Amino acid sequence: MNIALQELNDYIANSLGEMLIEAEIRLDELIITVNRESIVDTLKFLRDDANCQFKQLMDVCGADYPEQEDRFCLIYNLLSMTHNFRVRVKIWTDESTPVASVTSVFSAAGWWERETWDMYGIYFSDHPDLRRILTDYGFEGHPLRKDFPLTGYVELRYDDEQKRVVYEPVKLTQEFRSFEFLSPWEGVQPLLPGDEKAEGQDADAPKEGA
Amino acid sequence: MAETEIKNYNLNFGPQHPAAHGVLRMVLEMDGEVIDRADPHIGLLHRGTEKLIEHKTYVQAVPYFDRLDYVAPQNQEHAFVLAVEKLLGLEVPKRAQYLRVLFSEIGRELNHLLNVTSYAMDVGAMTPMLWGFEERERLMEFCERVSGARLHMAYYRPGGVAYDMPEGLAEDINDWAVHFVSVIDDLETLLTENRIFKQRTVDIGVITAEQCFDWGFTGPNLRASGVPWDLRKSQPYDAYAEMDFDLPIGKNGDCYDRYLVRMHEMRQSLRIIHQCLENMPDGPCKSEDHKVTPPAREAMKDSMEALIHHFKLFTEGFRVPAGETYTAVEAPKGEFGVYLVSDGTNKPYRCKIRAPGFAHLQAMDFLSKGHMLADVVANIGSVDVVFGEIDR
Repeated sequence: MNIALQELNDYIANSLGEMLIEAEIRLDELIITVNRESIVDTLKFLRDDANCQFKQLMDVCGADYPEQEDRFCLIYNLLSMTHNFRVRVKIWTDESTPVASVTSVFSAAGWWERETWDMYGIYFSDHPDLRRILTDYGFEGHPLRKDFPLTGYVELRYDDEQKRVVYEPVKLTQEFRSFEFLSPWEGVQPLLPGDEKAEGQDADAPKEGA
Repeated sequence: MAETEIKNYNLNFGPQHPAAHGVLRMVLEMDGEVIDRADPHIGLLHRGTEKLIEHKTYVQAVPYFDRLDYVAPQNQEHAFVLAVEKLLGLEVPKRAQYLRVLFSEIGRELNHLLNVTSYAMDVGAMTPMLWGFEERERLMEFCERVSGARLHMAYYRPGGVAYDMPEGLAEDINDWAVHFVSVIDDLETLLTENRIFKQRTVDIGVITAEQCFDWGFTGPNLRASGVPWDLRKSQPYDAYAEMDFDLPIGKNGDCYDRYLVRMHEMRQSLRIIHQCLENMPDGPCKSEDHKVTPPAREAMKDSMEALIHHFKLFTEGFRVPAGETYTAVEAPKGEFGVYLVSDGTNKPYRCKIRAPGFAHLQAMDFLSKGHMLADVVANIGSVDVVFGEIDR
């Protein structure tokens, strides 16, 4: 375990006080989870404090965990060139709660927040220019959400009669095939197919060969 | 004299402009010939790479990384395989590390050759392009010989590299590296002191170190502003810790310095290539852990276990323990990072790609404001953008 990193972890955990939810080191990477409301203050502290000096915001991205109540995780990756450390700041939010934009702290956040809005539909308040960035003009939906299908909803082609590109609902010539390769040998489930027969007649179980 | 009201007007730059380096559409608000605001519209090459990776096994995801920055494909793969190896806790044999470093540096040469020469063409010099592409073709032949593909190599794999070098390749790369110095010299005689080239680039698009931090600049663009920062030095990965090379840094942070930094980096890359070839250790070129890397073809003929491993790896793939990592490498354009989240299955749960060009292009408005229209072209060329990685 890296001692300097542990010290930094303790220092940040002490300094952030109530804003902090969790600070941990995993795989030699420092991960800090903070309150959604205090993200701007946290990043400001991490940037300006002499022991941190995380002057560069490397990346902002989202991640979707639909089974959780606050389904979106926002991840800010920071880099301190002075101390040669990285830190990852996380906050959690749901579909409807906006998150404060950090463009006032790092100009670089502008486009990354636009991308996160585009891909996940996480709304950023006080963002100077929150438009979609990667998807098409007039695109609907947020493609990186787990409930957005891989094939999408619309496809476009050039229509020779109308002399323009037209949008149509996706038509797949072959059903989308998702191969489940997870082996049955590892992580054995308590009930294998056919086990119910040994347990006696289960009224709800579908009868095989019926 | 009667005052005439001059209205600002908008100019659409691209997406089919040769100097846009791909499919950049930039809406320029202009006051006469001076830029008031530059609004890059990106996403015309968006292919949903991150979404696709979530539906592929870890090894199947590797080729997607080639198609990000297609100018230097191997450097992207490097970041991804390092991230997977970190989650797996996998040791990589020395020879594989050296091979990766060798081809990453070839990738750097590929990238800088394209960038410097096409940038020169943007500002009016035709010849460097022709010379540079001849050398790129030679380098891509090396890539083809080692992996079977000129561009999209898919050569780096979690646990090592796909194949060892064929016989004679090391000597040929060495011969090329010896000869290439004269090509760099020739390029420099055409450009470095060229009056027209300097008129177009000196004091154009100046950015200071502090502003670089604010805008998330990395790589040659950051070093051109005088910050000696390189992940190969400061957070060395694979065999970079054993390499001896210098970091060229600029002073003024303008287009000209960015060009100079890239020229010097090409020379430093050559040093690394020579060191790799000289000190290349013997041994396996991929991990012996056959739960992750496929076994040798011959072993499959008479070993049942090897056959099972092969079958399992190419259907199910391997499982990666749950966890997350942000792993970055010094790609030719800057810090290329992969934020990889695993949920313990054979497919990544989330794979965010941090492309250096994304941050650099974002600063286009900042860099171009107050400059002339022609300087926008110089700025785009000098920050080195490729839309494969920006649009993902």
